[in-house]
Amino acid sequence: MKHYEVEILDAKTRDKLCFLDKVEPNATIAEIKNLFTKSHPQWYPARQSLRLDPKGKSLKDEDVLQNLPVGTTATLYFRDLGAQISWVTVFLTEYAGPLLIYLLFYFRVPFIYGPKYDFTSSKHSVVHLACICHSFHYIKRLLETLFVHRFSHGTMPLRNIFKNCTYYWGFAAWMAYYINHPLYTPPTYGDEQVKLALIIFLFCQLGNFSIHIALRNLRPAGSKTRKIPYPTKNPFTWLFLLVSCPNYTYELGSWIGFAIMTQCLPVALFSLVGFIQMTIWAKGKHRSYLKEFRDYPPLRSPIIPFLL
Amino acid sequence: MASSEEDGAGGGGGSLEEKEKGRKRRLGALATAWLIGYNIAMTAGWLVLAIAMARFYMQKGTYKGLYKTIQKTLKFFQTFAVLEVVHCAVGIVHTSVLVTGVQVSSRIFMVWFITHSIKQIQNEESVILFLVVWTVTEITRYSFYTFNLLNHLPYFIKWARYNFFIILYPAGVAGELLTIYAALPYVKKTGIFSLRLPNKYNVSFDYYYFLIIVMASYIPLFPQLYFHMLWQRRKVLHGEVIVEKDD
Repeated sequence: MKHYEVEILDAKTRDKLCFLDKVEPNATIAEIKNLFTKSHPQWYPARQSLRLDPKGKSLKDEDVLQNLPVGTTATLYFRDLGAQISWVTVFLTEYAGPLLIYLLFYFRVPFIYGPKYDFTSSKHSVVHLACICHSFHYIKRLLETLFVHRFSHGTMPLRNIFKNCTYYWGFAAWMAYYINHPLYTPPTYGDEQVKLALIIFLFCQLGNFSIHIALRNLRPAGSKTRKIPYPTKNPFTWLFLLVSCPNYTYELGSWIGFAIMTQCLPVALFSLVGFIQMTIWAKGKHRSYLKEFRDYPPLRSPIIPFLL
Repeated sequence: MASSEEDGAGGGGGSLEEKEKGRKRRLGALATAWLIGYNIAMTAGWLVLAIAMARFYMQKGTYKGLYKTIQKTLKFFQTFAVLEVVHCAVGIVHTSVLVTGVQVSSRIFMVWFITHSIKQIQNEESVILFLVVWTVTEITRYSFYTFNLLNHLPYFIKWARYNFFIILYPAGVAGELLTIYAALPYVKKTGIFSLRLPNKYNVSFDYYYFLIIVMASYIPLFPQLYFHMLWQRRKVLHGEVIVEKDD
């Protein structure tokens, strides 16, 4: 068996960073990354991007050395992706924040509303219902992060956690401040409005959860396979007939429901910003599906049936 | 920053000029004609404003009442500048939509949400300061774009564009900040643009604190834009020195 030699150069400066000899032909990029870490311990595998061309795409961890278009002396280019943090850590942090922050406002903890309101309770039933819904939503997200989602990537850049937490925690505080305010005004159409909103909210929570389960079942544990998602026996998944990312569709629906329930403009704005971001993600996902699968169902649109 | 000098009206800027030498940017004839027309009109507009301001001061000997006299012209030409965002969006001007948007927005904000809306500060000295700065800046900028589009750029216009800002930029920022600061007490008293609880949208907005945040945002933003202009200036003027040596 002929062994390979691998030299790793810096993609920007072309400096020789590492030379590996006697590399097995069937070695994976993941194994090469581990070898590289030995000589440069500050660059753990998650922050390495190795490519065949300094400006090219990153090689995947699963790629095998002998299957790459290289000679027996392979040259790989290295780019530092910067400090990395695991997706699970980011999700848990960004979701735990809103859960706790909302409750601080709900219980009217001191220094928010003025001393005469400290630890008082709202007289409006919708305020209590809103707290239950908001908390349920984020508890659901935390549990899904721990037990349902199967992540393609292990890590993301560290700076994302600051950006994401500012967004989630900031909006949660802004919403919670008004909903739990002593001068809160309940919805104009009263109980009818709240009832309708609750139905929309619960329907979409169930829908979103159904999609997450369906997506999880597409992918065996520990694998990174990608398949076209299809409707299952669960009626909530039938939205796959019309949309590539029904999880985002249902998520938007949940927040619209919450906005109607609380009749609070900050909630509506949060829904709008979330909708814009999810549309960008959905369009990207839709494009990847179309690129990867010849037989991708043509009726589907990214996030809103027939429209977007 | 309101008195910054980024592109938006077309033709070119420091780094763009150099690229143009190597890579001929092919603008359609219609787009070029439109941009030349637009830049000539804007140069003329700000010249009219400058002359009106100078005449007022020469005739009255004071700047009290000057703003009231020129406000219609100012609002017209400054608001018209939103077209520059469209130019970038459509692609006939090669500058970021975001940068141009921020610049035009800050000008619109000063004109409509400060000096137009809070009439009590219209006779402040700081208003005259930023008006003079904006006028000189815009005349320089729009004539620069005009001559660039016509491929006949007199050196003194280029010199002006890359040197005036050194003084004008900080002066303009000072004028704007002092004006917003002067407006604060009136905003607090009248509660203009503010929304209080309780209301059926369950939201509140305090324009007074919003203005304070706006003022604070100048601190990180101004140095970035200023140093960017200094960097552009070095590239343009430093590049010329190299060309001379080759001769």
